[in-house]
Amino acid sequence: MGALAGIAAHTLVIEIGGVAVLVRTGSAEFLGMLQARYSGFVNSHARPLCELEVELVPPGKISDEDEVAVRFIAGSWLIERGDLRVTWDPVSGQGSIRQSANPYSIDTALRIIHSLILAKRGGLLVHAASAVRNGKAFLFAGVSGAGKTTISRLAPPDATLLTDEISYLRRNGHGYLAHGTPFAGELAKVGENVQAPLAALFLLRQAPENKIQPVREGEAVRALMESILFFAHDSELVNQVFESACDLARRVPVFRLSFVPDHRVWELIA
Amino acid sequence: MSAVYIARATTVAARALDGEMMIMSAKDSTLFTLNPVATVIWQAADGQTPLVDIVEKKVCAEFDVAPAEALQDAEKFVGDLANHGVLLVSKEPIAAAKPVAGAKP
Repeated sequence: MGALAGIAAHTLVIEIGGVAVLVRTGSAEFLGMLQARYSGFVNSHARPLCELEVELVPPGKISDEDEVAVRFIAGSWLIERGDLRVTWDPVSGQGSIRQSANPYSIDTALRIIHSLILAKRGGLLVHAASAVRNGKAFLFAGVSGAGKTTISRLAPPDATLLTDEISYLRRNGHGYLAHGTPFAGELAKVGENVQAPLAALFLLRQAPENKIQPVREGEAVRALMESILFFAHDSELVNQVFESACDLARRVPVFRLSFVPDHRVWELIA
Repeated sequence: MSAVYIARATTVAARALDGEMMIMSAKDSTLFTLNPVATVIWQAADGQTPLVDIVEKKVCAEFDVAPAEALQDAEKFVGDLANHGVLLVSKEPIAAAKPVAGAKP
């Protein structure tokens, strides 16, 4: 039990995209905060791939890194930002997080750890909204302001929102599965914990008329690389992420979706 | 001027897509898309052929460009990619270059 020996430890297993992470904390209050935030993604029966021990400290600067820094040192990943310090051994799966009692720092830690796990497995975390309609998943990528939140807000009742912010993709047979995530954006709404085969990737652009145009493979890869969440300066993993982007662009149809921000855009998506 | 040899770094990933050569610099996560002339230089960067020969025998043979101008452009391109760790540059032949993307082993 290490640092928690002698005091009660509370645990929670958060499963996203089929990858379960056990979080251990000495604070029942913090655990309650996590249970509320990740409610649709808590699965006490899942077998955790990682175990993270949270050390809560008073609010304040924990690292000198202003931006997220991800490094591989002596067999472990070190993730640092001003508000958190994470170490995680990818072989044993054991790790620790030092942060104050807030839900945002651990959210960042989970995103980055998932991005590292996915990179090894040919999957991707993409800065994109995604939704399921008629059993098929659709991804909506674009720079800030391109319309990810807007198209999520306009989704019809028969569409299930996977996320308005961070999409989770895993290789599956000859294609990809899109999974729901609890990583919310401006909508502040946690995605549904469901999955579906990825049918298309749309590159968003708001315009005076609705229009869908196919995108060439090279352009699709460039757009994807701009949207993929990956912070580690690790040549092997960077190359794997690039190969995954190329693979996805080859296997999944990619379109430019120019749209008027009203409900009619969803008539094009089915 | 002494000969300059160039080789594709073994740590980069490269893909030919739609006739475009795309190269990922793992050093700083920069994605390059090469134009046709740069693609010829990249594919010829075997570590054994001097840059001046690549320009004369490959670039000038395939494109309508004067050798001096082509060499000047090539040196700039090589310098840019070397700064990103994508190309290795040496005054001596370089032992191993990354195989060209799509080439059979």
